[in-house]
Amino acid sequence: MPVERSQIAFVREEQLPERSPPVLETGALKWIRENLLNGVTGTLLTLVSLYAIYFVLSSVLPWIINGLWNTNNIRECKDILAGMSGGCFSVLSDRWNQLLFGITYPNDQYWRPSLAFVLLLIALAPVLFSQVPRQLLVFSALYPFIAFWLIWGGTILFSAVALIGFGVAYMVYSRLVARSFAVAIVVGLLAAVVTWWLGGFVSDAFPDFAALEVVASRDMGGFMLNMILGVVCVSLSLPLGILLALGRQSSMPIIKWICVVFIEFIRGVPLITLLFVANVVLAYFLPPGSNFDLILRVIIMITMFAAAYIAEVIRGGLAALPRGQYEAADSVGLDYAQSMRLIILPQALKISIPGIVNVAVGLFKDTTLVSVISMFDLVGMIRGPILASTDWNGVYWELWLFAAVLFFTVCYGISQYSQWLERQLTTDHR
Amino acid sequence: MRIRNLVGVIFVCVLSAGAGIAATLDDVQARGKLNCGVNTGLVGFAAPDSNGEWAGFDVAVCRAVAAAVLMDASAVEFLPQTGKTRFTALNSGEVDMLSRNTTWTFSRDVDLKFEFVGVNYYDGQGFMVPRDLGVSSATELDGATVCIQTGTTTELNLADFFRSNTMNYEPVPIETNAEARQQYLAGSCDVYTTDASGLAASRATFENPADHVLLPEIISKEPLGPLVRHGDNVWGDIVRWTLNALISAEELGITSGNINELASGTNNPEINRLLGSEGNLGEMLGLDAEWAKRAISAGGNYGEIFDAHIGESTPIGLARGLNAQWTNGGLLYSPPFR
Repeated sequence: MPVERSQIAFVREEQLPERSPPVLETGALKWIRENLLNGVTGTLLTLVSLYAIYFVLSSVLPWIINGLWNTNNIRECKDILAGMSGGCFSVLSDRWNQLLFGITYPNDQYWRPSLAFVLLLIALAPVLFSQVPRQLLVFSALYPFIAFWLIWGGTILFSAVALIGFGVAYMVYSRLVARSFAVAIVVGLLAAVVTWWLGGFVSDAFPDFAALEVVASRDMGGFMLNMILGVVCVSLSLPLGILLALGRQSSMPIIKWICVVFIEFIRGVPLITLLFVANVVLAYFLPPGSNFDLILRVIIMITMFAAAYIAEVIRGGLAALPRGQYEAADSVGLDYAQSMRLIILPQALKISIPGIVNVAVGLFKDTTLVSVISMFDLVGMIRGPILASTDWNGVYWELWLFAAVLFFTVCYGISQYSQWLERQLTTDHR
Repeated sequence: MRIRNLVGVIFVCVLSAGAGIAATLDDVQARGKLNCGVNTGLVGFAAPDSNGEWAGFDVAVCRAVAAAVLMDASAVEFLPQTGKTRFTALNSGEVDMLSRNTTWTFSRDVDLKFEFVGVNYYDGQGFMVPRDLGVSSATELDGATVCIQTGTTTELNLADFFRSNTMNYEPVPIETNAEARQQYLAGSCDVYTTDASGLAASRATFENPADHVLLPEIISKEPLGPLVRHGDNVWGDIVRWTLNALISAEELGITSGNINELASGTNNPEINRLLGSEGNLGEMLGLDAEWAKRAISAGGNYGEIFDAHIGESTPIGLARGLNAQWTNGGLLYSPPFR
């Protein structure tokens, strides 16, 4: 039955074309209305914030944009700026090499630490990222010896002998470990010492074989010194910290008490005290003229300090594991070393990542404390020679900003890596 | 190798325990380098330039000694020392001498077993005020706020000075020189007080140095000088008389410009003795006859060194003041070369 059209006011027979939503309900305007102009309080806060941003930028931007990079001293900066706001960044271009390498590293040898730094990135890649081909791990193992040769110079035989010593020790160890773990360790160590002793004659006999110009430890400085201390101490303190943490849980009283005393003593002493011991007190006990490398002393002290902290962090991770994990390891017949390596430590270390990274970041920044014992790291360079030169006395902001940027870059990188690593290792369903 | 070193070190430790430090002069000459402890950085007194070459008023003393002993003013290994490490470095033999703006005091000389060989800079605590404060003497500072570094002798000197002049002041405690500079420029205090050389160096970095004046009063004695270990008098004599040679050279009118001419012989017997054309002073020191000539040639006489690094033509702009020759009303008075 046909509907009588006259009884129906209106029937739409085709669909309406799509229309865009109201302007205020979409896109940027919606976001602004909801987030920035949401009520009286919101609007007021927005205005205040805008003013604050304007205030900061209006003083910082001209300072950076007007910045001078090519003057010879601070007085020229002042003359050129003539009262205008502007940074005197020339200090960075003038003292660039000193900030990075210290005062006395030979100018024509800067390529060596730079190359060592690039190689460091390559050597770290397979350690940090499991996607990188495993074959590169060989290079990572060789890296410490290459870096030592590059930075300190001398004959490559020295590094080679050190490497061979480790190689011999490992071979002896792996031969004997099946018979007895303790015997394998001791004999391995002895083999290494004998190798080093014999190799010492070889490297002494050919001091010019593939030799680079020798650079003494006290010539190291600038950010390079911070990097050397930071990288070496972090990588040494991690294994040492694991051993200490396990030792502290050991059921053997002597080992346990050695670890407890070590950890508690080192943690109870400020790092700066340990550095003074390394620099000042040892100088009294060593015979005059004997040269027990200062950087080596400092590395030992910082490593011990960091290891004590990392040990406690890892102990926290060990304690967080349910007892069942230990019992499960025992019940499948694993011995102590196997159960630790396969069951306990992988889990405990995963839990400890944030804490370990915390220690690593703190340690890296603590390397600047060496400026107190007259070593010219980045901070020491700025505080001492650069600010004390007649040319740059009074340039504070530019220099400290530079130092802050360098340290922030490294520390933020470490922090981002650790978060990425945590996400990679997640196995639970949070 | 490391292990070998370590074993060797322990072995030598045991053997040499108790053995004293050998004659410093022989050590230095055998090494071919003078190990000189300097400041890690003090404007005008010691700082490396952008090529890493150390220069400054204290550094010049090291170079003069190296020139006298080793025939080469550049044969110096500069070992920068902080205020905390300087005395151990000298005591342990790490450095042969310290030329690091160190105040000569009783306890350092006697108790710490050092030997101050002289004074190369007479410093003292002074006051700096903005010019528009209209003050011309420290005795007019009644009621002023004073920026003062905490935990230093300057704090005690200040209290003594105001008490003995029956004036009041309000201290603004600060920690470092950099902080003091900010506070003073921001107007948090009317007066900044520290060593006069430090005040001058700070003032040199201001936007408008001419807007600030150093008041004439110096309220403490800070004689700064090079020092060596107690007990090696031969070495102490060398450093002492090298410094005296620089001072005497100025008094006698010997400059780096005319020294070669004068060295060939003059009518003044003291110049002849000093420069080695007469007498055997060098031999008495265990050096050759031209030791003082080389020391003076290294950086000029005392006055030339002063002018080059901290004098009125430099940005630091220190007046000679107490550091003028005794003939000009200052305190510099070298014993005669006879």
